[in-house]
Amino acid sequence: MNKPAIPNSFRTGPDEQGMFGIFGGRFVAETLMPLILDLERHWNEVKDDPDFKAELTDLSTHYAGRPSKLYFAEGLTRHLREVSSAKGLGGGAKVYFKREDLNHTGSHKINNCLGQILLAKRMGKKRIIAETGAGQHGVASATVAARFGFPCVVYMGATDVARQSPNVFRMKLLGAEVRPVSAGHGTLKDAMNEALRDWVTNVEDTYYLIGTAAGPHPYPELVRDFQSVIGIEARAQILEQEGRLPDTIIAAVGGGSNAIGLFHPFLDDRSVKIIGIEAGGRGLDGIEHCASMNAGAPGVLHGNRTYLLQNADGQIMDGHSISAGLDYPGVGPEHSWLRDSGRVDYVPILDDEALEAFQLTTRVEGIIPALESAHAIAHAVKIVPAMDKDQIVIVNLSGRGDKDVHTVANMLGMEI
Amino acid sequence: MTTRIDRRMAKLKAEGRPALVTYFMSGDPDYDTALSIMKALPKAGADIIEMGMPFSDPMADGPAIQAAGLRALKGGQTLVKTLKMASEFRATDNETPIVLMGYYNPIYIHGVDRFLRDALASGIDGLIVVDLPPEMDEELCIPALRAGINFIRLATPTTDDKRLPKVLQNTSGFVYYVSMTGITGSALADTGKVAAAVGRIKGHTDLPVCVGFGVKTAEQARIIGASADGVVVGTAIVNAVANVLGPKGEKTADPAEAVATLVSGLSQGVRAARLAAAE
Repeated sequence: MNKPAIPNSFRTGPDEQGMFGIFGGRFVAETLMPLILDLERHWNEVKDDPDFKAELTDLSTHYAGRPSKLYFAEGLTRHLREVSSAKGLGGGAKVYFKREDLNHTGSHKINNCLGQILLAKRMGKKRIIAETGAGQHGVASATVAARFGFPCVVYMGATDVARQSPNVFRMKLLGAEVRPVSAGHGTLKDAMNEALRDWVTNVEDTYYLIGTAAGPHPYPELVRDFQSVIGIEARAQILEQEGRLPDTIIAAVGGGSNAIGLFHPFLDDRSVKIIGIEAGGRGLDGIEHCASMNAGAPGVLHGNRTYLLQNADGQIMDGHSISAGLDYPGVGPEHSWLRDSGRVDYVPILDDEALEAFQLTTRVEGIIPALESAHAIAHAVKIVPAMDKDQIVIVNLSGRGDKDVHTVANMLGMEI
Repeated sequence: MTTRIDRRMAKLKAEGRPALVTYFMSGDPDYDTALSIMKALPKAGADIIEMGMPFSDPMADGPAIQAAGLRALKGGQTLVKTLKMASEFRATDNETPIVLMGYYNPIYIHGVDRFLRDALASGIDGLIVVDLPPEMDEELCIPALRAGINFIRLATPTTDDKRLPKVLQNTSGFVYYVSMTGITGSALADTGKVAAAVGRIKGHTDLPVCVGFGVKTAEQARIIGASADGVVVGTAIVNAVANVLGPKGEKTADPAEAVATLVSGLSQGVRAARLAAAE
């Protein structure tokens, strides 16, 4: 595709039209356009408002538990050094985990939800809607809605409702209404369509709390900014703990909010290699994967132009991933731009590789990672043995894996 | 440069009645049946044809049009086949305006320039692309206008007086007023409010204003047609097709005939609109 010229900074997007190069934009029905412009107006007011920042920081600290720790994963590092020695390489970089799994609600999703619920409150909205894939964003949305007294409706694909039942129950306990969506494959894409249909119907009072750094402008920007706390903290923490920047940072990419959150503060540190991990599913040869940037093409869906899995007629394909949170045929527009500009490499990890990393991390670290995060760990497992011992890798441990134990048991042929 | 839409609207204005704008889904339930439905529309009294282009993810459509699009895609419909259907129709009818309606991605993937060339060659007169607001005019709207194809914009209850000029700026052919906030096929909004909204839009433009979303019966068509320059019916037509399909998609009656019966009734509604208003 088009290779844009290398910019002076990778951190200036989007432009006023909401574009990252050719990606992003505002491809929505006219009914929603005034709402999106209104959101943008409010967002521009609050993003540099010290009172808003102070309120968000206070909640992040005392409610969500930030800052999340940057943890030296000694067990995994030792294991990968043994692997390296066995191969006769004698290397193995130090692996750090950014522990977003330790946040309230168990993933990075709370960062964005706290920011957006404060925005919804300022805008005088009365009702929250959200889409969810794995249920992590649904739980985080239901949580902040409960905390701030909003009624909340979460749209969730029927397939995901079945494979993420613990999170469904959590949302219900938190007072949210979970509406299963059976269209398509019943996954995140279909949930997002249905949430947009709700929004277009209930324009007066409803705030759409999008969970990933995608959708029409200004969502990709504001979700990124709320998630950038991950990278800002990680950058300061590694400088404090190691006295230098990491060599490589890795995060899993579904829509891409945890990844852009980690990556964005490092984009202009040219010495840092940045790798996003797509869901390779059962392999990129067939159609059972969600690697939109490795196997898709630019197109327009859900309000933005970005890489999409689609056929020659421009019809969107349903992807597949073992991980519900990565099971989306598109990706946030800034990732598409970072891909084309060459700043970030995006590589696929297969279901089986993620499943192995899930078990390995559980065994050697005593941490059960989310299957999404296990994709990122799986890539570290691949590259770390060939790196030097004095090199440093940060993996975003975006969520905890308690929600995935049923899926994993199923994959391993066990009953629980 | 006038298009078939401009000429048809001028003719109806001279006749003193509103237009009946009928939407059908191209390729639903299969290519041949859909073509027979399309051909039946003008004979039953339709003045303008909106041809739905099926899309896998129709974010602004209700269950009826979603299902129709899926039936069409399952039947093998593509953008190329939709254009072919239009040109087959054109071979038999060179007067009735055809407006393509759908979402941007299939057009974008086909290639905008190639699409406009192919659409013109197929006898397409106008486009309604749901997910291209005026903010994205450079994508398709301006190239379409340059190519001589009308770009018909949706105005909605959320389009206030401040925003209307922006929405109307590059609109041509007619303005499509969406009677409510919501998806296609919902219940019709308060008709008094609709009339007021039509008056509001007319304060900003000389273009004809057609009203859609929620019109299902001849009576509703008559009431809406009293204030609007055209009445758009979509979901009711798509439902007329669905109603003669069995559980496995088999035809239990002729869909074209079912649609023709419905459209004849609606046509009587719009033809009575101004008579009633004049009383």
